[in-house]
Amino acid sequence: MIGAFVKGLSTTFKYLFRKPVTVQYPEVKRPVRERFRGRHELKRFENGMERCIGCALCAAACPADAILVVPAENDPQKPNSPGERYAARYEINMLRCIFCGYCEDACPTNAIVLEHQYELSFFERGSSIYTKDMLLIPADKGHGEIPPILQQLDRRPSPPAQIDL
Amino acid sequence: MDWIYIIVLIVKCIIITLGATTIFAYFTLFERKTLARMQNRIGPNRAGYIPLPGGRKLLNGFLQPVAEAGKLFFKEDVVPLMADKWVYILAPAFAVIPAIIIWATLPLGWWPGPWQDNWLQVADIDVGVLYILAVTSLGVYGLAIAGWSSNSKYSMLGGVRASAQVISYELALGLAVLGVVMQAQSFRTSEIVAAQQGMWNIIPQILGFVIFLVASTAEVVRSPFDLVEAEQELVGGYNTEFGSMKFALFFMTEYIKLVAMNAVCAMLFLGGWTFPGLEIGGVVATGLNGALGQMFGQAVFGIITLVVFLLKTFALSFFAVWIRATIPRTRYDQLMDLGWKVLLPLALVNIAIIAVTNVAFPDNTLAVAGVGFVAGIIVLAVVTSQTKSSKPKSQVTLVRKTS
Ligand code: SF4
Ligand code: SF4
Repeated sequence: MIGAFVKGLSTTFKYLFRKPVTVQYPEVKRPVRERFRGRHELKRFENGMERCIGCALCAAACPADAILVVPAENDPQKPNSPGERYAARYEINMLRCIFCGYCEDACPTNAIVLEHQYELSFFERGSSIYTKDMLLIPADKGHGEIPPILQQLDRRPSPPAQIDL
Repeated sequence: MDWIYIIVLIVKCIIITLGATTIFAYFTLFERKTLARMQNRIGPNRAGYIPLPGGRKLLNGFLQPVAEAGKLFFKEDVVPLMADKWVYILAPAFAVIPAIIIWATLPLGWWPGPWQDNWLQVADIDVGVLYILAVTSLGVYGLAIAGWSSNSKYSMLGGVRASAQVISYELALGLAVLGVVMQAQSFRTSEIVAAQQGMWNIIPQILGFVIFLVASTAEVVRSPFDLVEAEQELVGGYNTEFGSMKFALFFMTEYIKLVAMNAVCAMLFLGGWTFPGLEIGGVVATGLNGALGQMFGQAVFGIITLVVFLLKTFALSFFAVWIRATIPRTRYDQLMDLGWKVLLPLALVNIAIIAVTNVAFPDNTLAVAGVGFVAGIIVLAVVTSQTKSSKPKSQVTLVRKTS
């Protein structure tokens, strides 16, 4: 018994002088895994047009009923998105969202993507509604490319219906 | 006894109380930091630091206890509806007061005062050791009352369990202390320390020391005997229904008692404030008195002895943290087995050894120490070799074949 005791004590004592492995979170952020599902983003095409065509398939697929899509007709002269319609209002209630990624799967244009942002706390319940302004990313950033992991695997992303005009 | 004496006494009490609570706060920080390092983590390092050149931080996290105390004071204080309100509110006080008053009879050093007393001891009473034992036992009331008064079955069970554990280890603890008392032939704490100036009690009473260490760990419900807080079985333990500062008071009790018990252990077995060379009237004392004059010499000597005592207590406290990082919690039946079937008989054997050695070699410290040490080691070796360690996993049949 004494032997086991001393062995245990020496093991813990050894660790006293090892370098801690802890990541100092707010200063150092460890990159998340490729498949991590964080905050949603609405992507654009390379020409700057919104990918979202206001079909509300994501809202239909959402098990938590977190998404609200209000579609509107595109102005033919100055379309927001390819096709006839675009999302005039697009809101996600983050209090409801369970980050299941079904919306991502359902979207025919790969418009909505769960990205890697995970610092999502807020102080008021009202702030939980993420509007289209917050979700839609600037035109020069991110076009809903195929994620690198899928590129490596040489597989098409599911949903396969991705349209690139 | 004039009124200045009374005032000095009150000031001493206040200093001791404040000191004990501060020690509690910083002991939690020390424990968390050390535990973290032993588990490959860093521990609290956000609240407060001293900036050093080069972006380095000294003592980072040293304001953590202050932040926690502030948080706990401002937390909502909920009293369960069906609780016995006054008992419920008083329970933490019942727990924490005994923990603080243990310190009263501990000689923290030697600094003679003007009333034939010691500046570094609040009360040098004839029954000092008895007082310590009595007061540590009182702590169990806090636990039992807290469990009962909150009117929750989980807390009730936790309280009963806690009382059973604390009472079970009281006997072994008392017998271990009895050995020291027998050898010093006094209940007076200052005399026990003085009796150890030649040889610390840890040598002639190595067995008693081990028993005291185990029993006091269980007595202050410290890991690996921290069954009192059993998250899995009891949703927390006797303190389940307590929140805010009331909850903190229970933790305070535990930590102050732990440090106090370590101080008692240092006093009983590690020679208290003495150290080879540091004695009343020894070389250092007379040298200081000669060089700095009576008053200053005594003051410096007092501070040195205080530091020595605190270092010994600190070493034992570090050991307690180390044990916590190493040994998993025992099962309840193991705890009871250890208390009644191992520690109690061992403590009786210890008493027999001390009685025999002290009667056989009166006034011969070396012989008493030698025989006591050898006998203690033999007994410990026999006992530990009797305990079966569990089989290595490779030898365990997980599934029995049925033919
Ligand atoms: S991740 Fe799931 S729950 Fe969240 S919005 Fe998309 S479908 Fe709804
Ligand atoms: S995000 Fe995708 S699924 Fe949702 S409305 Fe827009 S295009 Fe349709």
